[in-house]
Amino acid sequence: MPKTLFDKIWDKHIVTSREGYPDPLYIDRHFIHEVTSPQAFDGLKKRGIGVFNRERTTATADHNVPTKDQHLPIKEALSRHQVETLRKNCKDFGITLYDLGHPFQGIVHIIGPELGLTQPGMTIVCGDSHTSTHGAFGAIAFGIGTSEVEQVLATQCILQHKPKRMKIEINGELGKGVLAKDIILYIISKISSSGATGYFVEYAGDTIVHLSMEARMTICNMSIEMGARGGMIAPDETTFNYIKGRKFAPHGDAFNQKVEEWKQLRSDENAQFDKVLSFDATDIGPMITYGTNPGMGIRISDRIPTAEELKDISEKPSFIKSLHYMGLEPGSQLLGKPIDYVFIGSCTNARIEDLRLVASIVNGKKKAEGVEVWIVPGSKQVQDQAQREGLDKIFEAAGFELRSPGCSACLGMNEDKIPAGKYCISTSNRNFEGRQGPQSRTFLASPLSAAAAAITGRVTDVRELMKISKVDKVPH
Amino acid sequence: MKEKFNTIKSTAVPLPDENVDTDQIIPARFLKATTREGFGDNLFRDWRYDSNGQPMVDFVLNNKIYQGKILIAGKNFGCGSSREHAAWALYDYGFRVVVSSFFADIFKNNALNNGLLPIVVNDTFLQSLIHAVNKNPATAITVNLKAQTISFENQSADFEINPYKKSCMINGYDDIDYLLSLREDIKQFELS
Repeated sequence: MPKTLFDKIWDKHIVTSREGYPDPLYIDRHFIHEVTSPQAFDGLKKRGIGVFNRERTTATADHNVPTKDQHLPIKEALSRHQVETLRKNCKDFGITLYDLGHPFQGIVHIIGPELGLTQPGMTIVCGDSHTSTHGAFGAIAFGIGTSEVEQVLATQCILQHKPKRMKIEINGELGKGVLAKDIILYIISKISSSGATGYFVEYAGDTIVHLSMEARMTICNMSIEMGARGGMIAPDETTFNYIKGRKFAPHGDAFNQKVEEWKQLRSDENAQFDKVLSFDATDIGPMITYGTNPGMGIRISDRIPTAEELKDISEKPSFIKSLHYMGLEPGSQLLGKPIDYVFIGSCTNARIEDLRLVASIVNGKKKAEGVEVWIVPGSKQVQDQAQREGLDKIFEAAGFELRSPGCSACLGMNEDKIPAGKYCISTSNRNFEGRQGPQSRTFLASPLSAAAAAITGRVTDVRELMKISKVDKVPH
Repeated sequence: MKEKFNTIKSTAVPLPDENVDTDQIIPARFLKATTREGFGDNLFRDWRYDSNGQPMVDFVLNNKIYQGKILIAGKNFGCGSSREHAAWALYDYGFRVVVSSFFADIFKNNALNNGLLPIVVNDTFLQSLIHAVNKNPATAITVNLKAQTISFENQSADFEINPYKKSCMINGYDDIDYLLSLREDIKQFELS
């Protein structure tokens, strides 16, 4: 029987099947960070057991860490305690930790791929919903809760029910100034923030095939924002070329052998999906969100809908509440709306290609007066690369701050918070109420749109700026 | 060993907002504890208290007439972050059941792993439940996990739960107890 890519990987990882019990799924790669792991280690201690397979877990500190003066002790006592607890747990249980100051430290979903720890055909979990990022390599990757983190530490397995399978096809050529972030914001705006709940998504179609690995990661990253357990893309030459030569990837003959295996990782023709959706890439423009969930998005040139235009009338009360929170009028334009902050960072858009795109727009320009711009690279390696390429100089000249790596203002667990009532155009993944700080207001957009807003101080269609600066081709 | 879940008879707290994400249930800045206890104090923190820490009178948890172990929630409850702290906070506050027409996947798993029963009912039943509780906050609701029913006044609905998860909740077992019993099989699997 023809199988989907998802089924091929899933079925291969079932340890044993017993009547009356869910199947234990073997986990190839487990990432942990300081926020969702302490209670899991506590559980191990209470039971008096160790970690089942230490080689398969990798730790980093990212959610709480300051993005300035990382060499100094963390000022905030609770954050410091959480990072110190991670240090102690990793030492006591023998787990590799890429701590602050280590050349491999960074956001957990950025460092896995860049170190070659993330590979096709793997099962990958982490106590973080954006674990779906790793699916870009043709892996089954999804976020789990802390009880499940404990299960993985104790047994390298979790008990899971198989989700349904969805295929999302995107075909056609992307327009100028349209990035992977716009593709995923467009899809979520079409199917809503719960449109893929209960499903695992495979993205396919020629638009996807033509994307770089980093762009594919941006798409898979936000799968959870439409409710999906995860998203994945079949591996191809782009994937293999990205992995080749990375620190923990197989090398030499072992690599070539793996590539032959990885080439088998694709959905069979006629494989059955529970749901198939298709989108036309030419319909996608630069996107922006106006509300308080990622499904509330529009093309940047469109106006905000009115309550009467909603597809589902039952959503009217939450729509009105959301616009009230955002201080926006139904039916109004976002273009030209003044903004206060620009945040370029997060596991969605803080890789080197994102920083290069931003630099391509701001090179030789200055940020608008009164706007604060933070660029927070996804990892130490991204930060170092940006410096090697001289991007730091471009940002500095523009008045942008290039910080040190961490999750930062995506969720404001460290000092990087957007003040109450202020507007932030952000390359992160969530525009929930208070996500970037109590009462903060978030517009989600691509790195190009964020860069454009930084220059003009307003919500801007980046294509207008590209006309002026003659940037006619940007890499997708 | 967790608290065993059997039958609960309680009044309920209605929170019919749709798409309540886990950042609302427990904001990120309160995720810094290294234990599982005490998160109830900050449950729905930014809807419950203003920036000076004063209770917001309009929010349902600050309205004394609504009490109980059952939270009635709108569609897509628990979306967003995978933080298990959301389930811990609801449990720590005193909730044992959340009723909705639709839950986000990770939240649902986390709830089941922590003795918090997520019950999915159809939208019509949900609306009449909300209506009944709004009309009479003393409305008693009975949740019978063994029989898989939820009832109030003269209305009753069946709900689905995975038989394994049901037995875990009734007996207070964790998934990890079962997984630990498979350690030899898992070692064999690694070698194969």
